[in-house]
Amino acid sequence: MKFHDLSIQEMRQKLLAGELTSIELTQQCLQRIKATDSQLNAFITVCEEEALAAAAVADQQLATGSAPLLTGIPIAVKDIFNTLDVRTTCGSKILDNYISPYDATAVAKLREQGAVIVGKLNMDEFAMGSSSENSAAGVVHNPWDLERVPGGSSGGSAAAVASGQVVATLGTDTGGSVRQPASHCGVVGLKPTYGRVSRYGVIAYASSLDQVGPVAGNVADCALMLGVVAGYDPADSTSVDCPVPDYLENLNAGVAGKKIGLPKEYFIDGLDPDIKKAVDAAIETYQQLGAEVVSVTLPHTDYSVACYYLIAMAEASSNLARYDGVRFGLRQDSGDGLIGMYQQTRSAGFGDEVKRRIMLGTYALSSGYYEAYYLKAQKVRTLIRQDFHDVFSQVDFLLTPVAPTPAFKIGEKVNDPLQMYLSDIFTIPTNLAGTCAMSLPCGFSKNELPIGLQLIGKPFAEAEILQAAYAFEQATDWNKRVPEL
Amino acid sequence: MNSRYEVVIGLEVHVQLTTRTKIFCGCSTEFGQGVNSQTCPVCLGLPGALPVLNRQVVEDAIKAGLATNCQITPRSIFARKNYFYPDLPKGYQISQFELPICEHGWLDIETEELGGKRLGITRIHMEEDAGKLLHNSDNSSSVDLNRACTPLLEVVSEPDMRSSEEAIAYLKQLHQIVVYLGICDGNLDEGSFRCDANVSIRPWGQKELGTRSELKNLNSFRYIKQAIEYEVERQIDVIDAGEKVVQETRLFDPDAGVSRSMRGKEEAHDYRYFPDPDLLPVDVSADWIEQVRKSLPELSTAKLQRYQGEIGLPAYDAGVISSDRPLAEYFEAVVKHYNNPKICSNWVMGEVLGALKDKKLEISACPVTPELLAGVLIRIDDKTISGKIAKTVFEKIWQTGNTADQIIEEKGLKQVTDTGAIEAIVDEVIAANPDQVAEYRGGKEKLMGFFVGQVMKASKGKANPGMANQLLKKKL
Repeated sequence: MKFHDLSIQEMRQKLLAGELTSIELTQQCLQRIKATDSQLNAFITVCEEEALAAAAVADQQLATGSAPLLTGIPIAVKDIFNTLDVRTTCGSKILDNYISPYDATAVAKLREQGAVIVGKLNMDEFAMGSSSENSAAGVVHNPWDLERVPGGSSGGSAAAVASGQVVATLGTDTGGSVRQPASHCGVVGLKPTYGRVSRYGVIAYASSLDQVGPVAGNVADCALMLGVVAGYDPADSTSVDCPVPDYLENLNAGVAGKKIGLPKEYFIDGLDPDIKKAVDAAIETYQQLGAEVVSVTLPHTDYSVACYYLIAMAEASSNLARYDGVRFGLRQDSGDGLIGMYQQTRSAGFGDEVKRRIMLGTYALSSGYYEAYYLKAQKVRTLIRQDFHDVFSQVDFLLTPVAPTPAFKIGEKVNDPLQMYLSDIFTIPTNLAGTCAMSLPCGFSKNELPIGLQLIGKPFAEAEILQAAYAFEQATDWNKRVPEL
Repeated sequence: MNSRYEVVIGLEVHVQLTTRTKIFCGCSTEFGQGVNSQTCPVCLGLPGALPVLNRQVVEDAIKAGLATNCQITPRSIFARKNYFYPDLPKGYQISQFELPICEHGWLDIETEELGGKRLGITRIHMEEDAGKLLHNSDNSSSVDLNRACTPLLEVVSEPDMRSSEEAIAYLKQLHQIVVYLGICDGNLDEGSFRCDANVSIRPWGQKELGTRSELKNLNSFRYIKQAIEYEVERQIDVIDAGEKVVQETRLFDPDAGVSRSMRGKEEAHDYRYFPDPDLLPVDVSADWIEQVRKSLPELSTAKLQRYQGEIGLPAYDAGVISSDRPLAEYFEAVVKHYNNPKICSNWVMGEVLGALKDKKLEISACPVTPELLAGVLIRIDDKTISGKIAKTVFEKIWQTGNTADQIIEEKGLKQVTDTGAIEAIVDEVIAANPDQVAEYRGGKEKLMGFFVGQVMKASKGKANPGMANQLLKKKL
């Protein structure tokens, strides 16, 4: 039996029925990682010993019959989540061998539900990137075409699910970092509403935009994972105290009578023809399923990339100040005094993209430029947020492409940061608006690369877009295709 | 006051709050614990940790704001102040910048030189403290982060002070207020109340402010006064020498009585303030403000007025007693049991403060409770004991904790009011001192004091002095 054809719920049934033990499942998972990861480089750290120990505990729990939702199921998390006792590098040399004294809230919730954490996934350094090429642990490869990027920054989280290394993962999404790699790797990824999942213990890139999101092979698994990690956390002041619904309960509610908006600013002339074709077909499918489709407008979309990069970089420049060589992580000191130690440590510890963003963010916050850049960007953000608010009074959710092109070649955009930044053009606005959105497979390009469909929901309406995604998944079979590895 | 230049002083005071836990995490704020023993991922600035605001800090800030006549901002914002220093774990300090919790307040002060004056308070904001650098003998440094994330209020005055006396009067009043409110222990040595002074001078009549220097490390009222006066003289010398005052930070050296430049403006920081995205705006409802207002204790200035007006204490007594909240509360408790405020204040300021000073105790540790003290005063009033005996009784209460009545009974100290008994002693005294009797009768009436003293001595202090006086007058 190929375990990686199973969904979380199928695994759970077999575990509960005693057809499979967590140790067996975990061993198969570790073998799959060993067999494929030299090609993919999706993992930064595989924690075999800890995973097998957790699997043994899970088997005991399964035997007693009191086994919560994820008991014994191997899961991996992006290396941006702090994990007790297993190193957390955030894809950076500056945190090489850093071991956190605490678990992130999302990780603690996975463990509470009995999940077996098998490792930490590769990513763009400090989540800064759209291709998973900016990692101190090396480039991540797309399982569909090893010469292409998996997207980023949660490239490892998407590649690991697509390749069947693990059944589900956690990533983070600041400007599309869950949805864009999910789209490029042909899996399901969801960015919850800002405040839906605790950020406590998630290494901060841009605090007002960062949100934890699940990646899985199908909509139901994605819904299940969201249900596990969602919820108010007193340790995160920006998490929201609003009840978490059972996302699996009405998953098959369908879309009949729903009103879907197509924001015209997302269907631009330069859109890749394969993507246009796939998305158009998806629109037709939804109409066949009984949904009404209308054209809407989000007039400030054009400003979102500039607005996003100003805010994200400004926050990042401050969030990354703590990596100073004083208390933890890398320290380089040739005895030139304090300033010298800071400069050497940060020069050696950060990669080029991180340095670029720290410098731009510092500039945007500087006295004399603050009003023109950071403050202006905040005002634009308010307008973008208002766009979504207005549009959601007309429709139930929005449907758009996830990325303007399928996965591009490794190295293709490395020397053109602006082109790279534009690859997030359809995902960034939802982070600025703080609302929820997800990516699900909706087709393949001529050269067999997956294409993702984006559904954007009202704030805290994750259940609604999951239902719409589930309806589409039932009507199509795009998620059944797996890459050959 | 200088004849050529006007002195302009503005003060920034950091008030360390006495909350049990830190401002953004649950660690204890206790002083003097083992290095880095009171830390957690949040105050260590570890990756992924997030701040959560301690509501008590907001409440304390509202108290301070109301007590200094500030307006309370309905929605204030925390901001990050970005700079690198090893004692600042996150590389930024969480503070407030554009929308502080309190604004536009004032304090009224009195100085001998000028009388009353109203001094403006620009703002009060909440922020976290940094850690402490420990310098090792091998020239390296270590960081202790126990103090990191300890709650502070920064109280910024308008540049309204025109002399070191005014500056000190302002500081003493602000100190009294925060201690009275119970939000700060007021300990200057431990840095619970720290002051930076911005000092400049300008020719009389000039509107624009002169270039200021910022004086730091002022941890006693005396040093603050010295440092300001030194700085004024220094700036006058600079200008008289035809040079210009440079904007700089200066560190006061109390041993040498001079200040030294710390860093020049070429190193002026750009703190890149921006709203902290990890914290929500602080919303303070009108209800909350009202609740806090109702919970405020009567402050020293109000007590001072009430003591002088309503209960008629002399200005000096009222000043001493109202200056310290526990002392004032002690006094008021005594008055509650024995309603003669002047007598009470005499005893509190005399016997009580004297004994406390001898034993180096705080009023809160005084073994003679207000009720026990009132018990003594009541027995003087009803002539059970004399004032002199009362002092002995007070000492016994201090030692034993027994009531005045128990001690009077036990030691047989009850005043003799039996006319026959006192008359017998008076006769003895007159018989024993014929020379003095002759002198008295010759017109030296001052000797009455001597005779009363002799009677008291012979009665071991128990004779009623008033009766002794009367009987002596009659017999002589």
